Amino acid sequence: MHLKNIKLNQFKNYKQERAVFSKEINCFLGMNGSGKTNLLDAIHYLCFTRSAFNSIDSQNILHYESFFTIAGEFDREGKDLELRCIFEAGKKKQLVLAGKAYEKMSDHIGQFPVVMIAPDDIQLIKGGSEDRRKFVDSMLSQLDRNYLQSLVRYQHFLKQRNALLKQFAEGGRFDKELLEPYNIELISLSKVISQKRLEFIENFSPKLEHHYRVISDSKEAVSVGYESHCEPEGFEKVFRDSLHRDLALKRTNKGIHRDDFAFEIDGFPLKKYGSQGQQKSYLIALKLSQFQVLEEGMGVKPILLLDDIFDKLDDARIEKMVSLVADHQFGQLFITDARPERSKQILASIDSEKAFFRIDNGTIRAED
Amino acid sequence: MNFPSKLIEDAVSEISRLPGIGKKTALRLTLHILKQPESFSQSLTAAISKLRTEIDYCKKCHNIADQEICSICLGTRRDRSTICVVEDIPDVLAIENTSQYNGLYHVLGGVISPIQGIGPEELKIDSLLNRIDEQLGSEPVQEVILALSATMEGDTTSFFITRKLKEKGIKVSTIARGIPIGGELEYTDEVTLGRSILTRVNYNLE
Ligand SMILES: Nc1ncnc2c1ncn2[C@@H]1O[C@H](COP(=O)(O)OP(=O)(O)OP(=O)(O)O)[C@@H](O)[C@H]1O
Ligand SMILES: [Mg+2]
Ligand SMILES: [Zn+2]
Repeated sequence: MHLKNIKLNQFKNYKQERAVFSKEINCFLGMNGSGKTNLLDAIHYLCFTRSAFNSIDSQNILHYESFFTIAGEFDREGKDLELRCIFEAGKKKQLVLAGKAYEKMSDHIGQFPVVMIAPDDIQLIKGGSEDRRKFVDSMLSQLDRNYLQSLVRYQHFLKQRNALLKQFAEGGRFDKELLEPYNIELISLSKVISQKRLEFIENFSPKLEHHYRVISDSKEAVSVGYESHCEPEGFEKVFRDSLHRDLALKRTNKGIHRDDFAFEIDGFPLKKYGSQGQQKSYLIALKLSQFQVLEEGMGVKPILLLDDIFDKLDDARIEKMVSLVADHQFGQLFITDARPERSKQILASIDSEKAFFRIDNGTIRAED
Repeated sequence: MNFPSKLIEDAVSEISRLPGIGKKTALRLTLHILKQPESFSQSLTAAISKLRTEIDYCKKCHNIADQEICSICLGTRRDRSTICVVEDIPDVLAIENTSQYNGLYHVLGGVISPIQGIGPEELKIDSLLNRIDEQLGSEPVQEVILALSATMEGDTTSFFITRKLKEKGIKVSTIARGIPIGGELEYTDEVTLGRSILTRVNYNLE
């Protein structure tokens, strides 16, 4: 699958622009603030129905205007498909595929898979466990509808149980039988969800290790582990033993909402011991593995959006990474860089088809 | 909207407070009432005021009633050994309209939802248990059918009630959930379809 062209109308700092893309590597070059990331974001909108950066649609309309449109033509297995995203302030966002508007936006997600690597994604490593759960959950939910269903149910029952714990504390009474329906649901859903997370990580970790090994030229070894107290065997006891603590703290302390994924480098926590370049390498390896998982699950190669990917990496790693993504196992690529000469030099040795675009203050110009 | 008469304006504003009725419809209804003989509006208003002042809720099942006990609970041809538990009054009417059920009802008045501050005390759950105890000597209840919404709250409530009833040794069943009659398999959502496969029933040749 690849995006053949794009037309922007009043999207962020673009008034009216268009561009025709290569089906292999596309490089957006320009100064800080010129609009490189915004152009990636427009592609993200088409694929994922929303911005990768700003979830408030109205803030993505060009200042002082009232609507934006993004239109793009995709080639999916030799078939041309026009996709159009229209948003007018105060109205419902519309996504139109081949002339037909979606009734439910969520139906679109997964149809045109996309993976973006942006500087802020480093939160995945530096941030709390919630960021990591979201990362894994969003992949699993796209691949497995039952997983999504279980997760939605889990979150709902968790809210109900926590509300009940709070009422018990405030009312100074306790009704064991009233709590029981929630216990049973949360125990059984935790087992189901944790089993799926475990299987997922077992499939994911060799991919991650492989990609990291390539980028770092085997300088250090990394791993990802699943940290959970929800093993099917002992979980019911763990959950029930926590009742006193739950009552005292007025919330549920055991369950898959407390899971984490341990990112390690040479056996130590990456967050604490990884250098910036190592963390960035890990992030890239995570996202490239996400790419593979989505490709396996959906049978199409996602579009890969790489925002400022070269920063913090040394020349050796940049070279490895570029030859990794340019190797034909990945599909269409979009790269931004504020240092044009660097990108050109790095990509010079790659034999893929390349297109360079000069981005300047909200305009796009293809270079030959 | 501007009205030529304050009287019409008042009528329109009252009628448009009803659910599903906007100002335009309210005006059409008002003008219709005006065209009818006076006796029409008199009997209409009389019926409405009487409804509000004289209606009662059944002491046994909490359905609407004209007296202390509703016509269903008083019905002599009703099977008194079966009670169907529903959330609200419209559910009784819906099941009655199927003509497939001849037992008694019990209206809970909602489902358990701690987030919304609704616990068993806010519902007629104790009343259901007491009622079963009271009937024990004369006409014992053998089966309770749970007919609550297929939502997470409905399920939790069913679970809670079932545990209470099992202590009394009463058979508890729940209405089947699955593919609508005349519905096509491929258009049924995955959850419903999955559930109807799990809760499949034996094929009956008779
Ligand atoms: N809704 C909007 N209307 C007009 N301009 C906007 C809007 N949203 C963002 N911008 C502007 O778009 C400009 C370009 O942003 P973008 O993030 O694409 O830059 P960039 O080329 O990626 O820069 P850098 O190299 O610093 O990452 C910024 O100046 C920003 O203020
Ligand atoms: Mg940028
Ligand atoms: Zn009654």
